[in-house]
Amino acid sequence: MTDVTRLTLAEARDALQSKKLSATELTQAHLSAIEKARALNAYIVETPDQALAMAKASDEKLAKGQGGPLEGIPLGIKDLYATKGVHTQSCSHILDGFKPAYESTVTSQLWRDGAVMLGKLNMDEFAMGSSNETSYYGPVASPWLPKGRDGAWARQQLAGDKKGLLVPGGSSGGSAAAVAAHLCLGATASDTGGSIRQPAAFTGTVGIKPTYGRCSRWGMVAFASSLDQAGPIARTVRDCAIMLRSMAGHDPKDATSIDAPVPNYEESLGRSIKGKKIGIPKEYRVEGMSAEIEKLWSDGIAFLKAAGAEIVDISLPHTKTALPAYYIVAPAEASSNLARYDGVRYGLRVPGKDISDMYEKTRRAGFGSEVRRRIMIGTYVLSAGYYDAYYVRAQKIRTLIKRDFELAYAQGIDAILTPATPSAAFGIGEKGSADPVEMYLNDVFTVTVNMAGLPGIAVPAGLSADGLPLGLQLIGRPFDEETLFSIAGVIEEAAGRTVLPQAWW
Amino acid sequence: MNAAAKPSKLIKGATGDWEIVIGMEIHAQVTSQSKLFSGASTEFGGDPNDHVSLVDAAMPGMLPVINEECIKQAVRTGLGLKAQINLRSTFDRKNYFYPDLPQGYQISQFKSPIVGEGVVIVDVTPTEQITVGVERLHLEQDAGKSLHDQSPTDSFVDLNRSGVALMEIVSKPDMHSADEAKAYVSKLRTILRYLGTCDGNMEQGSLRADVNVSVRRPGEPLGTRCEIKNVNSIRFIGQAIEVEARRQIGIIEDGGKIDQETRLFDPGRGETRSMRSKEEAHDYRYFPDPDLLPLEFDQTFVDDLARGLPELPDEKKARFMRDYGLPAYDAGVLVMERASADFYEEIAKGRDAKAAANWVINELFGRLNKEGLDITASPVSAAQLGAIVDLIGEGTISGKIAKDLFEIVWMERGADPRALVEERGMKQVTDTGAIEAAVDEIIAANPDKVEQAKAKPTMLGWFVGQVMKQTGGKANPQSVNDLLKRKLGI
Repeated sequence: MTDVTRLTLAEARDALQSKKLSATELTQAHLSAIEKARALNAYIVETPDQALAMAKASDEKLAKGQGGPLEGIPLGIKDLYATKGVHTQSCSHILDGFKPAYESTVTSQLWRDGAVMLGKLNMDEFAMGSSNETSYYGPVASPWLPKGRDGAWARQQLAGDKKGLLVPGGSSGGSAAAVAAHLCLGATASDTGGSIRQPAAFTGTVGIKPTYGRCSRWGMVAFASSLDQAGPIARTVRDCAIMLRSMAGHDPKDATSIDAPVPNYEESLGRSIKGKKIGIPKEYRVEGMSAEIEKLWSDGIAFLKAAGAEIVDISLPHTKTALPAYYIVAPAEASSNLARYDGVRYGLRVPGKDISDMYEKTRRAGFGSEVRRRIMIGTYVLSAGYYDAYYVRAQKIRTLIKRDFELAYAQGIDAILTPATPSAAFGIGEKGSADPVEMYLNDVFTVTVNMAGLPGIAVPAGLSADGLPLGLQLIGRPFDEETLFSIAGVIEEAAGRTVLPQAWW
Repeated sequence: MNAAAKPSKLIKGATGDWEIVIGMEIHAQVTSQSKLFSGASTEFGGDPNDHVSLVDAAMPGMLPVINEECIKQAVRTGLGLKAQINLRSTFDRKNYFYPDLPQGYQISQFKSPIVGEGVVIVDVTPTEQITVGVERLHLEQDAGKSLHDQSPTDSFVDLNRSGVALMEIVSKPDMHSADEAKAYVSKLRTILRYLGTCDGNMEQGSLRADVNVSVRRPGEPLGTRCEIKNVNSIRFIGQAIEVEARRQIGIIEDGGKIDQETRLFDPGRGETRSMRSKEEAHDYRYFPDPDLLPLEFDQTFVDDLARGLPELPDEKKARFMRDYGLPAYDAGVLVMERASADFYEEIAKGRDAKAAANWVINELFGRLNKEGLDITASPVSAAQLGAIVDLIGEGTISGKIAKDLFEIVWMERGADPRALVEERGMKQVTDTGAIEAAVDEIIAANPDKVEQAKAKPTMLGWFVGQVMKQTGGKANPQSVNDLLKRKLGI
């Protein structure tokens, strides 16, 4: 075997089980790849000692034939997951030096099943962003290169301010970049408005946001509690299915997690989708949609038709209200969730002349501008006199959006197909500096899914004219991730696995 | 609209009569092993930050999970207040920054509380009863405590109380005097203690009151109210209302206006003073807590809890009046504490219930109060006091001797009253021969008094006293009376 980092998670698992490969060897290969890829800034913390210790333990288990479903599989962990004794800051300066004394439910389940932690992944600060540029630790460079640029040019940019290189998307930008650059076999991510699906689409990887309540939020640094959901990013649909099975499950420590059995998602791969009804919502055909996105979408429709699915035109009439309503609900919850970062108990503290002064100085220094903006928006929309006009109306809209989907599913629709993003990846420093809404528009196809609490998967389905990956999104019925995996598998096969970039870094 | 005060409740100002209007928010700590949304202990005391979970300290990524026992306690309390139980309620976040509030918000129930309207029947005096409406009862988290006296430069925070479950019981503005307010709190505390849902311990802060006071001319609309925060004794509640009402009347009579504000009662100075200015007025930005689903349960859950409720003070009082023939006042005093009522019943069963009530209320309670003891710490047991009542009833000892006996039993814990009477020769003399001898002796020794008594029969008392003295108080007073009357011919 030449480069084991090129294996898919499923291939590596099989090689480990059949003892053709050791976990230590596999982990070591990833650690070396991470070291060489530091300039991409995907990992903000590397945990080689821990990784090798875990790999060693996995090898012992594998030798005895006692390995778990993820035994010896090296993964990257998004920085918002609490990892015991390891840097956990949601890439914010306000959590400066914070190392929790506890492990998030999702990551403990991964370790329970034998996975190996390589390190913590970069992300937008508190998961607020669509390009990974709001991270306190700086932007992540996508392994994909802009058209006409070569490795030599790109290495120069990496050494500088990274301008002109492509964003990996966000907020799970580190996760997507690490997976696409073969710096792990899969990564945990999280999705509040599109933070798994958009970066997956930008990097030619697969990402699924499961149904709200499918994974425990316990130990995930909260952004917007009613929207946040954990999920994986990996290189194939199958790899996502394998990871999600370990990540999902009921947790009595999270009152919003659902007590329902977790299926073996991998088994849904390869299932026939003949006769499945696929809804095509007309409202997602937004004004000014580029020809390449139109083509991507119609290619997707053709793939599914060819596999025997029935294509049905549907209407989700409240779609266009989702983004503005999302930008009320999410900041409102965030403004309250982030109140605990006050300099009193942990993280950053900037001394002040009295308690208010300490609060103000600490939060001013600790939060980046996008986070401050959202705290201010959230505080405003919850204020006396504005609450009914903003928050209450946004909640009503949310109910209507949910009902749109319910009506579609009541018609017998099994899943809904849309583009994942309005465009391919853009350049670092290119968007949102003048008008933050420009950046927010990235989430236009994904936020509806969070607002309705539904599962959504992004799967690569083609390349743009510039040779950059484009993804399609499938939206499912509540807790029917299995159907999404089946259908996504069909698209993946029809479109052909994306050929990820060779290492130029 | 609340009922108007009786004229006797009005207070005189310089320019005429004023009526006080009082409403109260009582914060009652729920009796439970662990906190409202975490598994940490609710035990009082301990070193600072001994009882703090990751949730209480608001560590990143921590989530609240509701403690079912606290929900049951709130429902039980609602049932005890004859209140509407809401099968669906929601939790909201009340947002503000304070070092003893780790989350930066308090989880409370703002829009849909678990308990709706109810009533409390309050005995203000033995003859005066009022009904105070309960507006709502909701569950919320307590905050921690800031400690400012540990260091000259820094403040410290103790999170032991952070997250402890409180029931906020909001009354309607149905009270019109300090006495009514005090009686309401006292009655509410009695109900909570009966239910076992709050220990009612005001010194430890398990029960605190925010008192809303306003004044108005009789018959006029409600005046502007001030809220006196965190008053922690019934006596202080009374004092705070008195001084606050006087303050408001003074301002209005001087042509001023009352500012709606939060005030603090300073018992040392006997005054209330403003806590925070209007510029610092909080906008709490309430919104539904997205970490908690709406709280829903069915009527069966409520019915099961209702079946498990103990007899409550009002019902117990009615039963005491009916079954034991007690006057309302006696019954009311006996049911104030569940333990006292139980103590009384143990004595009253199969005995003269009225005599038992007198002994419990007058002798036992009197003595306990004097020593500052609780009924559960009474040196005289129900069995012992029952034996004393028996001894009187049988005519074995006189009422006067019984008081001496009570004192001996009090001092010599565990002694058997019946044995004591035997050992110490305290038995009442009912042997008419012995009494007659004493009577004869007194009559023979006092011929002048005999003459006087014949003219003035009230002199009989003097003879009774002499005979009792002669017999060491042990003679049966009835026999003494009868014999004296016969022998003196009156």
